[in-house]
Amino acid sequence: MSKYPDNLKYATSHEWVRVDDDGIATVGISHHAQDALGDIVFVDLPELGTTVNAKDEVAVVESVKAASDIYSPVSGEVVAINEDLKDAPETVNSQPYDGGWFFKIQISDEKELEELMDAEAYAEHVEDA
Amino acid sequence: MAKKTALYKQHLDAGAKMVDFAGWEMPINYGSQIEEHNAVRSAAGVFDVSHMTVVDVSGRDAGVYLRYLLANDITKLDADGRALYSAMLNDDGGVVDDMIVYRMSFGYRLVVNCATRMKDLSWMAQHTAGYAVSILERPRLAILAVHGPDSIDKVTGILPGAQVDAVKLLGNFRGVELGDWFIARTGYTGEKGVELIFPDQAAPALWQQLIAAGVRPIGLGARDTLRLEAGMNLYGHDMDDNVSPIAANMEQTIAWQPENRDFIGRAAVTEHLARQREGLLPYLTGLVLEQRGVLREGQKVITDKGAGIITSGTFSPTLKHSIALARIPVNSQSCQVDLRGTLTPVRIVKPNFVRFGKKIFD
Repeated sequence: MSKYPDNLKYATSHEWVRVDDDGIATVGISHHAQDALGDIVFVDLPELGTTVNAKDEVAVVESVKAASDIYSPVSGEVVAINEDLKDAPETVNSQPYDGGWFFKIQISDEKELEELMDAEAYAEHVEDA
Repeated sequence: MAKKTALYKQHLDAGAKMVDFAGWEMPINYGSQIEEHNAVRSAAGVFDVSHMTVVDVSGRDAGVYLRYLLANDITKLDADGRALYSAMLNDDGGVVDDMIVYRMSFGYRLVVNCATRMKDLSWMAQHTAGYAVSILERPRLAILAVHGPDSIDKVTGILPGAQVDAVKLLGNFRGVELGDWFIARTGYTGEKGVELIFPDQAAPALWQQLIAAGVRPIGLGARDTLRLEAGMNLYGHDMDDNVSPIAANMEQTIAWQPENRDFIGRAAVTEHLARQREGLLPYLTGLVLEQRGVLREGQKVITDKGAGIITSGTFSPTLKHSIALARIPVNSQSCQVDLRGTLTPVRIVKPNFVRFGKKIFD
């Protein structure tokens, strides 16, 4: 597994976004974020149907070490949440880009995606931090 | 430059994530803190705690000096090797540090915190006037703690024959000197186990043998969740220079008898005890949150008797919910914690959560 897959876009606050053909964005947190947080023990997700703005706090991750806000990288409506994380939050640690996704958003403004980083830029962002 | 223990290379080889801990580069975990925690509760783990400060106290007046310096009474140590937990108090009854004291053939060995090293050494030196006592820091000693239900078997499977017999016979809170090695049944996890204090050049070999025997390396992250489940205080969090031991669940570690023993802070903590009985000084208790969420150090606590604060909080890997130590008004009946802006009810329990792998509160 690549640490930062090329087919994803990344936010400075360490969320990743994968946009599918139907304009739905899947959101999770990066390998770097899960590693920095340590073992994740709870994930609080937004309600289905909520309308969110880019950079809103929409979810919370609690690890053994700290609580951390998760920001939506894009604006739109929450159309799916990953219910599996309720019983298996450690999936975020083991599969941050697959089973560990957080929520899906029907994007309302595709232009916001341009503000996100590609894998290479994000890798540099993480190294500089 | 950061200080390193004799096992720095072994930590990196084991995949440790290293962090700064009071000037020492130490392993916080080797991948998963929760897996390490569970290994200590269910099998055996080894902690490198060589960053802790070892201070040997000897001389004709070593005992008399320590009876004045410490809130607990070292005359309870009726044989060499025996161990005692004690606070060292200031004149106002605040906690300078907490420590384990061992009675040794040469006098006494104190194991104090590493973050308080300079303060402790200078405090100890300040109070030697009039005592024939020698205080010697022992920076070249390694300390390995091996804990968990399988720990004694693992350790005795490795040590040379003469040491094996001595270690097998040890009772809890007892130790044995074997040349320049000291091995004691003490620790900070709520599991059985031993702490080995020995010349640090021998540390890499012993570490490798323990790992080869299936003992898992455990980082400081799991050390913290283990001690908190066991209801053990952490200096600088649950108490410090400005917190009375009476407000830190340490009343039982103060030797009040004999009444004519003068020790530093005695007058102050005697008054603290009286004030607590009038409801004027808080106490340290346990909190549990059985729903989702994690109690964290620094969160505000509201009870029916007033305000308090969480001094240590975590997710308990053994209980699978959050636990905390909190300093709150005495006689509080109901309790809520400000969890990220939401007042959430929590249960007040005795500040001991897990012992020998099992839940121990009601």
